[in-house]
Amino acid sequence: MANVPEDLHYSKDHEWVRVDGDQAIIGITDYAQNSLGDVVYVELPKAGEEFAANEPFGSVESVKAVSEVFTPIAGGVVAINESLADEPESVNSDPYGAGWMIRLKMSNPGEVDSLLTAAEYEDFTKAESE
Amino acid sequence: MQALHNTGAWVTKLTATAPQLKQTPLNAIHRQMGGRMVDFGGWDMPVQYPAGTIEEHLRTRTHAGLFDVSHMGEIEVKGPDAIKFVNRLTSNDVTKLVDGQAQYSALTTPQGTVIDDLLVYRLSPVHLLLVVNASTTEKDWDWILSHRSSELIDLNNVSADYCQIALQGPNAQSILQKLTDLPLADIKYYHFTHGSVDGVRGIVSRTGYTGEDGFEVYAPADRAEQLWNKILDAGQADTPTGVLPCGLAARNTLRLEAGMALYGNDIDDTTTLLEANLGWICKLDKGDFTGRDALASQKAEGVKRKLVGFEVTERGIARDHQEVVIDGNRVGHVTSGSPAPFLKKNIGLAYVPVEYASVGQAIQIDVRGRLVGAQITKTPFYKRNK
Repeated sequence: MANVPEDLHYSKDHEWVRVDGDQAIIGITDYAQNSLGDVVYVELPKAGEEFAANEPFGSVESVKAVSEVFTPIAGGVVAINESLADEPESVNSDPYGAGWMIRLKMSNPGEVDSLLTAAEYEDFTKAESE
Repeated sequence: MQALHNTGAWVTKLTATAPQLKQTPLNAIHRQMGGRMVDFGGWDMPVQYPAGTIEEHLRTRTHAGLFDVSHMGEIEVKGPDAIKFVNRLTSNDVTKLVDGQAQYSALTTPQGTVIDDLLVYRLSPVHLLLVVNASTTEKDWDWILSHRSSELIDLNNVSADYCQIALQGPNAQSILQKLTDLPLADIKYYHFTHGSVDGVRGIVSRTGYTGEDGFEVYAPADRAEQLWNKILDAGQADTPTGVLPCGLAARNTLRLEAGMALYGNDIDDTTTLLEANLGWICKLDKGDFTGRDALASQKAEGVKRKLVGFEVTERGIARDHQEVVIDGNRVGHVTSGSPAPFLKKNIGLAYVPVEYASVGQAIQIDVRGRLVGAQITKTPFYKRNK
């Protein structure tokens, strides 16, 4: 079964959000990396770019597919995971750690409350795979 | 995360069951082994196993990979006019085959475009077996039936009777040899023999779709599981240097590195054999066949566009259907584009106007609105050491 850490927030597009003060770290879930297969390329925005909630911020490519990645919350990019340029496979091996994608300064920290909890996300993925 | 693009005809979804899809005799085994099942042209097939596409691809290049290709269609042509009939419908010269030899060929339209690409096996002078693509089997069967004339032949669609298992890679021969008394080293490339593998009677053919040495075994469908499991055992599948079961994604990247065309992507009924660089299977002097006149006049006039290989030279991955841009003009499109796991490059095949088809020509690919540099290269991209 896919790993769904308790302390994160989740979107129905299979992104996770880790809150760190007024900033948020975003990546894709274990379920998402597993359904994607071997990740070979990750395209990320530049620091300073602003995104509205549910806007695509980049893309992730496996051997066979390309998927857009969305930010579930609004904010400005304060950092991106530069190491994914050379080690995109981190998204597969450590999706909640070394595979993180962007760090945002949240425009509206309250948005996090509208995201799924770990238990809700787990139910959501079970329903989706049935 | 939302899918923007999926290569080929498969639909990526972690679907538990898909009862409307056709299944090969190995369907239960694929599920047991953790294969990710997808809809591939109406067939419920593993796109990859837990090892993942890259590992499956590399293992096939360096050791061995095992592929269920039972979804491929088999059409039997029997009778005194079998050779004459197939020679009239296909572009290669069936009269050149000897018993025990196979030939890459195409079913052609009157325009010289492609109904399907196929292998023609000569079992005897009065018995041919046509091995066709899975998603086109019904179309091919209808085409063949509707084009029979006065020839003395029996036609049978025997696709459901056979399983087809491909064992590919440098270790293919030594693994398969553990299961058969047939002298495999004596079977030449594109030849085959009848015989037993693990006591199962079938056809053992030195053919494949990976660019590696290897064999394809045709056997009764109800012995598929036995053969699959015995080959995995013989190939020490549980070791890091053993045979690895491979899904359709690895099959696709392997064939692309080897520069082989995929029906429905690189060739179809809108592309002629000459445009697709398949002039070598157009035997225009063999006598009449469907599409011969069209191909002869196209050859005389010269093709206007050509299927070429390219390598992406900037960051980015070209994908099927993306446009090719030269000097700011949209001049063609990508028919197959993918990362190449063994070559560690991003490669593809594309149709471009013939004036731009030279090796070394700089092109750009429109990757979702971003122009990415690429260069036309010679194919095959990968050639094994013999």
